[in-house]
Amino acid sequence: MIRMSESAGSRPDREAAQNAARESDAIAVERTLAGERDAFRVLVERHSQQLFRLAYRMTGNEHDAEEVVQEAFLRAYRNLGQFGSRANFGTWAYRIAANYAIDRMRQKRSEDARRSTPSSLADEQERDPLDSTPDERPTPDRLAANTELRKKMEEALKELSSSERTAFVMRHWEGCAIEEIAAVLKSTTSAAKNTVFRSVQKLRRALEPYVGTRGALQAKTAAASTEPRGTEL
Amino acid sequence: MKHFTEEELIAYREGEPTQREAIAGHLTNCAECREQLERIEAVLRALDNFQVPERGPEYGRTVWQQIAPRLPERAGRGWRACFEPRRLVAIGVMAAVVIAAFVAGRWTKKPDAGVPAASVAQVRQRVLVLAVGEHLGKSEMVLMELANAAPANSAQKEVNISAEQKRAEDLLDSNRLYRETALHDGDTALASVLDDLERVLLDVAHSPDELTPAKLDALQKRIEARGILFKVRVVGQDLQQKQRRSNPAPAARGSEMRERNKA
Repeated sequence: MIRMSESAGSRPDREAAQNAARESDAIAVERTLAGERDAFRVLVERHSQQLFRLAYRMTGNEHDAEEVVQEAFLRAYRNLGQFGSRANFGTWAYRIAANYAIDRMRQKRSEDARRSTPSSLADEQERDPLDSTPDERPTPDRLAANTELRKKMEEALKELSSSERTAFVMRHWEGCAIEEIAAVLKSTTSAAKNTVFRSVQKLRRALEPYVGTRGALQAKTAAASTEPRGTEL
Repeated sequence: MKHFTEEELIAYREGEPTQREAIAGHLTNCAECREQLERIEAVLRALDNFQVPERGPEYGRTVWQQIAPRLPERAGRGWRACFEPRRLVAIGVMAAVVIAAFVAGRWTKKPDAGVPAASVAQVRQRVLVLAVGEHLGKSEMVLMELANAAPANSAQKEVNISAEQKRAEDLLDSNRLYRETALHDGDTALASVLDDLERVLLDVAHSPDELTPAKLDALQKRIEARGILFKVRVVGQDLQQKQRRSNPAPAARGSEMRERNKA
């Protein structure tokens, strides 16, 4: 997986660590294929954190993210025999998780759309409000991070289509190459670039009123909160 | 002055090579476009602070516990895997060794009618000792060659290890069979060395054909770090001794026969 952002540690060190992990992944894949189920445990333990980060950023809530991680590993296990490039298990599992997260987001969107139709208004009034707005659940985590900007970010991210959100998450938070995003979205690289562009544009329009030029929450938040959208550039 | 569009500025920020120099030049002179770009940057910087809930170091283990009961049974690589050419060769070699040992055992049994015949288990053990010894010898040679591989001169940028890789791949299947047999026979020490050897052989088999001197050095260091050459030698020597004990040298056997004939 090609990463854009630089993190701690020198490049050769990181490359050496990545190569070592890939080699070790290849061994674990071989052993799993040879019938050693416990070898798969190594892969699960090594890649769970990375998959959770991706899944959380894509789905926006912990419950769905956990489910994406588990389902991604189950699918990876079932299809391990078809996995050709055994040295890149991490990238492969990452792609499976991204695809499943897209399916899950689409499914939730259509469920949410069905729920919010006028004909189901009566049902809506009777339904537990936590069921209809799962992302607003006041989990301890959410309460801790419940800043104005965070809320606005969550709202803005929810407004993106599943493809746009995937493209944005993969590009800006995960540092993936455009080719990799295109592979997940099953599109051309130029279509993937456009999707990244659209996502940045939408997020900018939604968040600019709340963000100062240094990326901090602006004082005009309260005034702008009534009409955050439609800001002219 | 013609300003750049939002799309062009986002593309520039994304590292798009098209119009890169033109935009960079324009930004140095145009305060308006610079401000536009700064606003885009500010939003993206703010989004960088979007926190993901922490998952502790035990998270991977938790995921494993949740999915392990749901994993379907995987019977090795299935029947299809048994018919992979490399596996067929390994199975064929094992079968040939066992048959040869059986026939040899039957044939050598007659002249030594006075000597108690070796039990089937002993014969099997002897065959295994012989076959594993040979396998370890071959593995040792591959590892030795890799340990001593080096570029012919300082100008050579890559070292080809495809021959060693091919041999490592060929050794992998027999290694697996011997490891499983050793485990089955309760020989955990031998199984452990074969397990280590399998990891190294896999490492070699999955390396690129052409290695830069740095990568070759890294591979050599990994092999060295596992101490596999030493382990293979020790186990190989141990097996040779076992072989000698169970199969005395011809001279000794001849004198033994003469003694027996005199008597």
